[in-house]
Amino acid sequence: MCLAVPAKITRIDETGLGTASYLGSEVKANFTLVPQARRGDWVIIHAGFAISVMDAKEARETLRLFRELAAASSDEGA
Amino acid sequence: MKELRDPAALRRLLKDIGEKVRLIGRSPRLMEVCGTHTMALFKHGLTPLLADAGVEMVSGPGCPVCITPNGIHEAAISILTGTEGAILAAFGDMTRVPTRKGSLQTAVPARDARLRIVYSPEEALDEARRDPARPIVFFGAGFETTIPAIAYTVKRAAAEGLRNFSVLPALWLVPPALRAVLEAGEVAVDGFIYPGHVSAVIGSRPYEFVARDFGIPGAIAGFEPGDILLAVRSVLDQAVEGKPRVALEYSRAIGPGGNTVALALMAEIFEPFDAVWRGLGMIPASGLRLRKEFAGFDAAPRFGVDAATSARDLAGCRCGEVLRGTIRPKDCRLFGTKCLPDSPLGPCMVSYEGACLIHFKYGPERRSPS
Repeated sequence: MCLAVPAKITRIDETGLGTASYLGSEVKANFTLVPQARRGDWVIIHAGFAISVMDAKEARETLRLFRELAAASSDEGA
Repeated sequence: MKELRDPAALRRLLKDIGEKVRLIGRSPRLMEVCGTHTMALFKHGLTPLLADAGVEMVSGPGCPVCITPNGIHEAAISILTGTEGAILAAFGDMTRVPTRKGSLQTAVPARDARLRIVYSPEEALDEARRDPARPIVFFGAGFETTIPAIAYTVKRAAAEGLRNFSVLPALWLVPPALRAVLEAGEVAVDGFIYPGHVSAVIGSRPYEFVARDFGIPGAIAGFEPGDILLAVRSVLDQAVEGKPRVALEYSRAIGPGGNTVALALMAEIFEPFDAVWRGLGMIPASGLRLRKEFAGFDAAPRFGVDAATSARDLAGCRCGEVLRGTIRPKDCRLFGTKCLPDSPLGPCMVSYEGACLIHFKYGPERRSPS
């Protein structure tokens, strides 16, 4: 039941309610638990509520690490 | 993030993991606490790959549908069958758990009452706003990931004076359950893969006692195959170095302090109490109940049901032992014979996070129904 999805905020009103885009569809979401979130931010949504704002810098760092792992693997012919 | 599923990167991580197992000198056993991790491990075929690399994965008690004892499921059924005009709103999996009173889906509702499956607790709140004369009960089940959303609905209902709204709570805290598993000592665990989304709310600090008091390493993981292997490698690294800690391997989504707004809301509405878990028994301060100021929103006293009474499981169901990790699903003689996804005899075969359903769908021990 802790299934959650990353989604991009498309609309957020002054009460913290709005919508987010997930795999091309627009879903209603409650952003009151992440008051720092802004339109365009990526959030993790669980049961209709955003529970965290994703960190773009950390995400890029993870992608860089995996590209390095893949390159290291290819170099070894593993 | 297709990079986190890149076969070359995953092969490299598995190779690193194999090397660390050789340095440790024996096959370590890691517990993935969260049922969503169990599903990811099986669905992506990681369990046998990790076994080849020398790592045994064992599932923990991370399925809220499963660890909610039948007494609470039966209380929900009693509200639906005994309250005229009521709407009982619940997450889908909660409606299929079999008890001696049937399940929420098979029970016959009282006159003009009905069951409504919801995705968000806010949908239950909307029902209460729409029809103030009708009792709306939300069967609020979940771990720390879900609890803030449920706390939000109670706070809103209080602020808006929605007296027809109430919650039947089945709210569980992960860290006390880990302590209980370790203190019981039935399953030797060399490391933990901590849940990603529970940690989005609580952060990494509540697990630090595992490293400090028990000397066991761990890592918080995301749900892509690469996330999980990265966390496994980190746990084995800690074991090799003899420096157990709580590594954060899902930093794009969570910080060490968690979500302070969500934590404050949880603490405002709920308070811990000694709760009884299926399979694990009573665990100190492991459940949440409504604080005195909000006790009027508790559905159990309002509708005269006793959620604290224990109720027997269906005969032969060994879900409790599966949750403790003392048996595997295939060790239960009902698994894949009488207990099947479309005719489950216990919650571990109902929930998409339940070990029995996951083993049946993806595991090597899958048996064909005759």
